[in-house]
Amino acid sequence: MSNIRSAFNNGKAFIPFITCGDPDLETTAKVVRAAAENGADLIELGIPFSDPTAEGPVIQGANIRALKGGVTTDKIFDFVAKLRKDVKIPMVFMTYANVVFSYDAERFMARCCETGIGGIILPDLPFEEKGEFSAVAKQYGIDLISLIAPTSEDRIAMIAKEAEGFIYVVSSLGVTGVRSEIKTDLSHIVKLIRDNTSVPCAVGFGISTPEQAKKMAAVSDGAIVGSAIIKLLEKYGRDAAPYVGEYVRSMKDAVSSAE
Amino acid sequence: MSQSKGRFGVHGGQYIPETLMNAIIELENAYDHYKNDPDFNRELTELLDQYAGRPSRLYYAEKLTKELGGAKIYLKREDLNHTGSHKINNVLGQALLAKKMGKTRLIAETGAGQHGVATATAAALMGMECVVFMGEEDTRRQALNVYRMKLLGSEVVPVKTGTATLKDAVSEAMREWTTRIDDTHYCLGSVMGPHPFPTIVRDFQAVISRESRAQILEKEGRLPDAVIACVGGGSNAIGSFYHYIPDEGVRLIGCEAAGRGIDTFETAATVNTGRLGIFHGMKSYFCQDEYGQIAPVYSISAGLDYPGVGPEHAYLHDIGRAEYVPVTDDEAVNAFEYLSRVEGIIPAIESAHAVAYALKLAPTMDKDKIIIITISGRGDKDCAAIARYRGEDIYE
Repeated sequence: MSNIRSAFNNGKAFIPFITCGDPDLETTAKVVRAAAENGADLIELGIPFSDPTAEGPVIQGANIRALKGGVTTDKIFDFVAKLRKDVKIPMVFMTYANVVFSYDAERFMARCCETGIGGIILPDLPFEEKGEFSAVAKQYGIDLISLIAPTSEDRIAMIAKEAEGFIYVVSSLGVTGVRSEIKTDLSHIVKLIRDNTSVPCAVGFGISTPEQAKKMAAVSDGAIVGSAIIKLLEKYGRDAAPYVGEYVRSMKDAVSSAE
Repeated sequence: MSQSKGRFGVHGGQYIPETLMNAIIELENAYDHYKNDPDFNRELTELLDQYAGRPSRLYYAEKLTKELGGAKIYLKREDLNHTGSHKINNVLGQALLAKKMGKTRLIAETGAGQHGVATATAAALMGMECVVFMGEEDTRRQALNVYRMKLLGSEVVPVKTGTATLKDAVSEAMREWTTRIDDTHYCLGSVMGPHPFPTIVRDFQAVISRESRAQILEKEGRLPDAVIACVGGGSNAIGSFYHYIPDEGVRLIGCEAAGRGIDTFETAATVNTGRLGIFHGMKSYFCQDEYGQIAPVYSISAGLDYPGVGPEHAYLHDIGRAEYVPVTDDEAVNAFEYLSRVEGIIPAIESAHAVAYALKLAPTMDKDKIIIITISGRGDKDCAAIARYRGEDIYE
C-alpha cells in the first residue's frame, strides 16, 4: 500500500492537478512547491499525452504545450526524483494507458516506486481492463486509482470493493473543464461507495471556485481541481507559481471549512 | 475480478472512460439481442436492398484484365451503393439498432466524409438528430461532403485539435458521447474503438463478402485466389475478407496508405510502421513514438489517414491470415486515373489504394487465377483534390 491514505489525514483533502512540462519542467517544479507549501494534500501530476480523450480544451492545451516543450516520460521521472528531495507530500500520476503500456508497465511501476509516486490514474482504463496493470502495480506498491462516474450506477459496488489509495469520483458527464454548476447527486454516489469500502473518495471534474470545492468536500473526502489551475499556467506561464500558491491556499481553506 | 471483453488475440478490449462503460454495455446487450432477432434482420435487409441498393454488383473488369494480362479481375462495386460507399451498410445497421434502443440522436466521426454522409443520410431517413465531427483539415479537403451532410439536415462540427484529421474527429466524438449519453448513439464508422464496435461494424460490413462469395461461385464456380481491399480503420476490408477467412486458399490483402512512403514520417501505414499500443478504446497497432505519443500520420486519402487499425486486422496480421501492404499516394493517384480511363469507373482515392496493388499483383498471376478488388466508394468527391495533386486548380 502507498502513502496516499495519509493525504486524507489533515481534514478534507485538496488535490491540485498539474501537467508536467507546461510550459517547462522548471515551472512545474515551482508550481508543485507552491502548491505543497500552501496546503495541497496530494498532487496529481499529469504526464502529457498527444490525444487526451478525457480532457476538455484547457487540459488538452496543457498537454500540447508540454509536448511541444519536449517533455518525455523519462524526463518526468528524473524531474520527480529531484523534486522528491524536498517535496514530501504524496503524489500520483495522471496519464493515459498508452503512455504506461509503451514505457512497459513493469518498468513504469518500478520507476514510480523509486521516485515516490504512490498511485496512477488512467482515465481510459476501466475496471474491466485494469488486470493488465494492477498486478504489476501491486508488486511495486503503486495504487491504481479507480474512477467512478455519474453513470456508474450498478458498477459502483464492484469498483469500490477493489479500490486502492483513493477513489476519483467524476462529478459530472463529459470531459474535464470548469463548470458553472454541478448537478449530479454526489451524496448518493458517495454513500454507495462508503457502503462498500473505507478507501477515501475525492470529487473532481468541473470544480473551480472555493464555494464549489467546499460543497464537494462536504459530501466526500476532498476536491480535485485541474482546469482552473491550468488556466493560471495558461495566463501567467513561467510566473504562475505564486498565483497557483494563492489559489491552492484559498481552496484548502474552503475544503477545510466543509463539514 | 476484472474481465476484458472483445479480444482478437491480444488486440481489442475496452479502453474507455468509466463514464462510457454502461453505455457500451447497454449497446452490447442490445446488439446481442437484436442480431438474432428475425424482425430486426428483416427490417435491415429491406433497408439494405430497397434503400441502399444491395446486393452490390460483382463486375468482371474484362478490359482491365486484358490490359494487365494476368489474373481475372472482378470489382465488388460498393461504390454503387446509395451514398456512394460501403459505409451505408454499417450505418443502416447501427441507426436501426440505435432506434430500437430508444436513441434519438446520432453522432459520428468522419474522415473523407463518406461515413458522415452515410450517417447523415440514415438520420434523415429515420428522423434522428445527427452531429458529425470532422477534422478541420478534412472539411477543406472534402468540402463537397460537408455540404452534403448539411443538406441532409446534419450539423458538421470542424475539429481543430491535434492534426485536425480523422483521429481528432474520433477523439472529439468520444468526448461528445461522454457529455450526452442518454439519447445519443455514437455511430462509429470503422471496425475500431472499444468492444463491441469492432464486432458490430464487422458484422454489418460482412454483407460484402457474403455476397461476393456467392456471386463468384455463381460466375466462376470457384472461390477467388485473392481478395484486395484498402485499410484505414479497416471496415470495408474486414467486410470483404470475413466470409473467406476459413478458406485458406484465398489470399486476403489489405492495402494501407503509405502516403509519401513507409520510410518517411508522412505515412499512415499502421501495420507496416506502427507498434502495439492502446488508443481510442482498443489495443492494436498504432503509429506512435517511443513514448507512446500518437504520430501525426499523413495520406492523400482523408479516409485512410488514421494512425491505428482495427483489432481484428491486427490479429489477422499476427496469425498470418491476411497480408497488409503499403501503397503510396503516387501509386494510388495513378490507379485512380487508370481505372477511370480503362473501365470508366472513378474509384474513391481510398479504394484506388486497393486498385494500385492489384495493378502490380495481377500481371504476376496466371490467367486462370481470380482477384476480387473491393471498390469501397466512388471517386467524385476526390476529383478536385486529385486535380490539385496534378497541379490543376479547379473549383468544386
